[in-house]
Amino acid sequence: MKISREDVLRVAELAYLDLSEDELERYRAQVDEILEYIGKLNELDTTNVQPMAQVLTDDQTADATLREDLAVPCAVADDVLHHAPDPEPPYFRVPKVIER
Amino acid sequence: MATMNTIGEVRDAIAAKKVSAREVAADYFKRIVARNGELNAFLTLCEERAYKQADRVDAQVASGKPLPPLAGVPIAVKDVISTRGIRTTCSSKILTNYVPPYDATAVTRLEAAGAVILGKTNCDEFAMGSSNENSAYGPVQNPAAPGCVPGGSSGGSAAAVAANLAVAALGTDTGGSIRQPGSFCGIPAMMGSYGRVSRYGLIAFASSLDRIGPFAHNVADLAAVLKIVAGRDPNDSTSTTAPVEDYAATLDKPVRGMKIGIPKEYFGAGMDSGVREKVTAGMELLRKLGCDVREIQLPHTDYAIATYYIIATAEASSNLARYDGVRYGPRVDGDSLIAMYRKTRGAGFGAEVKRRIVLGTYVLSAGYYDAYYLKGQKVRALIAQDFRNAFAQVDAIVAPTSPVPPFKLGERVDDPLQMYLADIYTVTASLAGLPGISVPCGRIGGNLPVGLQIIGPAFGEACVLQVAHAFEQAGGTTL
Repeated sequence: MKISREDVLRVAELAYLDLSEDELERYRAQVDEILEYIGKLNELDTTNVQPMAQVLTDDQTADATLREDLAVPCAVADDVLHHAPDPEPPYFRVPKVIER
Repeated sequence: MATMNTIGEVRDAIAAKKVSAREVAADYFKRIVARNGELNAFLTLCEERAYKQADRVDAQVASGKPLPPLAGVPIAVKDVISTRGIRTTCSSKILTNYVPPYDATAVTRLEAAGAVILGKTNCDEFAMGSSNENSAYGPVQNPAAPGCVPGGSSGGSAAAVAANLAVAALGTDTGGSIRQPGSFCGIPAMMGSYGRVSRYGLIAFASSLDRIGPFAHNVADLAAVLKIVAGRDPNDSTSTTAPVEDYAATLDKPVRGMKIGIPKEYFGAGMDSGVREKVTAGMELLRKLGCDVREIQLPHTDYAIATYYIIATAEASSNLARYDGVRYGPRVDGDSLIAMYRKTRGAGFGAEVKRRIVLGTYVLSAGYYDAYYLKGQKVRALIAQDFRNAFAQVDAIVAPTSPVPPFKLGERVDDPLQMYLADIYTVTASLAGLPGISVPCGRIGGNLPVGLQIIGPAFGEACVLQVAHAFEQAGGTTL
């Protein structure tokens, strides 16, 4: 077994994801099967391989150098707040974070 | 109104004043209303926006000004692509009421070229799936194979075009999500190279893999839509500065003498015998057209699925962290901020998304990062190198799009690994960042469509379009 019930609980904690008892066991079993399959990558010796984190090379994008940091007007704040679950313009309201 | 399937037919009829852009739009909305109850291809229609745009085109016609390339052409857009003022759900409950404050660059460019956006199409939730059965808003029926899935994740876009509810559609492809539904619905479908089309406004699934691309009724229309949406966008730092070629100009160039590679690893066990027969016939046709069809090797193919499902889920778990009930979507209250996050996400995401968040978070977590994520990135480099080696010998690679024909709705939902394994022929070009087309290649038992995939070198869009067009013109679609 690659992944235990405790592992899934830990991952759910990291991902801020509530899972029911039923989901917990189902995903554990399914992810376990997938991880078993993924284990086949260990057949390959990749000691001297550079990891590929990005497809494009520097000469294929314009951002090999950084652009100038300019402030530009942004007029969408009202729109964004209008569709938020609990807005209090110009803020998003959330449950209390700091106890005092 | 006579059915018009192609960009040229619609644009010419409007230019010749045989029909107005408004009438064309109305006709398409009428068809959508008649068929959508059964197909479930569209989640949201945007009549007001469409008619406003159609009126703009009609005013251009009246003024006698030259018409833009997609004047009045009705186009559907996958519901992971942002549309200002038009609900965009990603087929998820967690964005059920989300209305973007801006348009994706691809949408802006389509409208600037005169296209009329009809509405937003159904897909797998956050584009995660290969059957469209992971939508929170119900599955899509395959108009080309009733009772079967349309493929995924861009199943609604493929179905909309196949059922003639749009002239073209935008989809997105991360591991096959344009090519495979194109194959299943019997229409051509294309993703350009990574970076060819701006991802600005595309709601992210896996940022190093996601691409926007077109579905249409023929290859020339794929070329026409790609030409419009392609090109550098300052709002996406990964959009390429490589020039956009004039795809239409090279479509008709003969393919005689072109070197076509057939990867021997793509013809192993697990391929449906009917698919094999059609794809083999497709290769024969290319040979008859004068192509030099030869076997090549892509030795790391067998590791592609494992690599893809590490990288895609890792990126997804990170990208989907933003759905926390603070800025958009419904919120489920909790007695602390963390409890609110957890409940909102637990209630808002569907099963496949949760499964991928669990897997993606796991492969990125302390103690497992090197064994999984870093390993995946290294094998990704090997897979990309396989293709560079192959393209030193050939101009294009031809393969099946999917090892299986469209399957019945519900047939595979309980076995995620089996569903993943069927992505084998599409995830490779995704990982390597290469352009790929699926073009119809006949039908097999029970009238099920088969797709032939053509993969090109980086920024070889013109080449894959040329081969696909030659294949289509030579009767390949009805093999």
